[in-house]
Amino acid sequence: MNSLALRALRVEYGGCAVVSNVDEALTAGEWLCLIGPNGAGKSSLLRAVAGLVEFSGEVQLNGKNVDSMRAREMARKVAFVPQEPVLPDDMPVSDYVMLGRNPYISTFGRESARDRQVVTDLIDELSLSVYARRLLGTLSGGERQRVVIARALAQEAPVLLLDEPTSALDLGHQQHALELVDRLRRSRDLIVVSAMHDLTLAGLYSDRLLLLHQGVGVARGTARQVLRSETLAEFYGVSARVIHEDDGTVVVVPQRSIGEM
Amino acid sequence: MFSTPRGGRATWWVLGGVLVVVVGLLGVALGPAGPSWWRVPLALLDRLPLVSIDSGVTDAQWNIVWQIRAPRVVLAALVGAMLSLAGAGYQGVFRNPLVDPYLLGVAAGAGLGATVAFVVNRDATSTWPIDPVPLAAFIGGVIAVALTYVIGTAFGRSRSATTLVLAGVAVTSLATAAQTFVLQRNNDVVRQVYSWILGRLTSATWGDVRLVLPYIAVSAITLLMYRRVIDVMRVGDDEARALGVNVNLVRIVVVLAATLGTSAAVAVSGLIGFVGIIVPHAVRLLMGSSNRIVLPLSMFVGAAFLIAADIPGRILTSPSETPIGVVTAFFGAPFFLFLLRMREVRQ
Repeated sequence: MNSLALRALRVEYGGCAVVSNVDEALTAGEWLCLIGPNGAGKSSLLRAVAGLVEFSGEVQLNGKNVDSMRAREMARKVAFVPQEPVLPDDMPVSDYVMLGRNPYISTFGRESARDRQVVTDLIDELSLSVYARRLLGTLSGGERQRVVIARALAQEAPVLLLDEPTSALDLGHQQHALELVDRLRRSRDLIVVSAMHDLTLAGLYSDRLLLLHQGVGVARGTARQVLRSETLAEFYGVSARVIHEDDGTVVVVPQRSIGEM
Repeated sequence: MFSTPRGGRATWWVLGGVLVVVVGLLGVALGPAGPSWWRVPLALLDRLPLVSIDSGVTDAQWNIVWQIRAPRVVLAALVGAMLSLAGAGYQGVFRNPLVDPYLLGVAAGAGLGATVAFVVNRDATSTWPIDPVPLAAFIGGVIAVALTYVIGTAFGRSRSATTLVLAGVAVTSLATAAQTFVLQRNNDVVRQVYSWILGRLTSATWGDVRLVLPYIAVSAITLLMYRRVIDVMRVGDDEARALGVNVNLVRIVVVLAATLGTSAAVAVSGLIGFVGIIVPHAVRLLMGSSNRIVLPLSMFVGAAFLIAADIPGRILTSPSETPIGVVTAFFGAPFFLFLLRMREVRQ
């Protein structure tokens, strides 16, 4: 059973803490969503877990500290999708997905039959077959997002980190992308940690929410526990109505201040 | 489905090799003196073991072909291959298509070294077993890059590429200033230094080839071995790191390897501009930007391009020679514009 644990995680930029004292424990198949206003430290937290920024405290994968892992080993354990991935315009989709196999290919080697098989299967699974030979520059926003997720999955890592996976997508594509992640984490038992701005979607898809404010976890739990109008007013400075639907969905609706009935 | 299938890549290596051999044959066959051009391939075949052909080439003519033209063609191939491959490598690791292999001060350092060698009384060095100019240029180039590296890593907290490039700019200015100072006080060598800066392969000997071959071989093999990893770096430092690439290490190794080879090339040929930028660009325009293809193909195309560029220089303005740097720019620039235009039309 895969597990991810953060203990007293702290990230500093130039002596200033942007993440401090974060403790979390996740097991296979769980989805944790980081929410919080801009600058709350969501991205920094993800980047620390991905090993892209220095941190103090502990990040443990299956009980092993990630500091002690080499870059290649780390890349086999944690896949990271940044908010704005760099997609070289004239790279074919299949080659791009193959980049995800890098941690399995020796530095001076070439991809094996198994690497090709993994990529081919993923392209099929994510219904990208028709795009396989297309160049990245010709894809739409929704297609790009799926391709990026395919590349991350090619790493066959038990942990998937997503920084604002839906920020560039319209409502329909947001839903498609999150449905895809939801389906994959169940079928592959992935630990998913994502940063999200849309609170309703965050609550809808994740198991748990962690609300960050100035780098500190100020509220954690289910959508019902975290998404409360007082909490949102305090940390987002927003006046919002929180509606609890019968099916358990929590809907956050911002309120207009002028012209109230 | 994959753009780099197993069999497909080998084809490019073979085609590249054939291109270089064909252009190379033209290079040894054409020239103002010597035998008729069609006799040269026969004479070359005649030299093969177990083959005997009466090529009608006299010993004197054979000497022109083998002692004057052949080393020049081989040297052009080595220099062209090295500059193009180094350019492609630099452009790959810096993710900037405008970077050239002279970036870290090689050119300025080599220029200073060569200038000093020209200034030092030639009588004193005439008995030396090797020409001091390439030696001084090589040492100058390597010192300049070493200086760039030391400054860049001492002042930058991390071994970041930007600091290295800025240090290169500083070292280039410093070396250029020193060179100008030396030249001002020694007006008599201005002409020699100027013609060296324009690049030349005129006096190429087999000795020059032997001198640079080890450096260029080591550099080229290193760069080619990293071509897949350089391709992964196209997604940027962060994502490449997240994919398990030790980005800083790869960048430093590639830059140092490219610089070592470039220093050797500059030492024997002077400053042949343009090749390191134009050849990788042309390859990208035709073949796409995958570094796994761009690096090896740039090497072959660069070799063929410089051999070809050296031919008009020695025929058209015979008996005087046009500097090869002038030829590469004169023919390369319009050709590059043609490629750009072609791509626009295709899109």
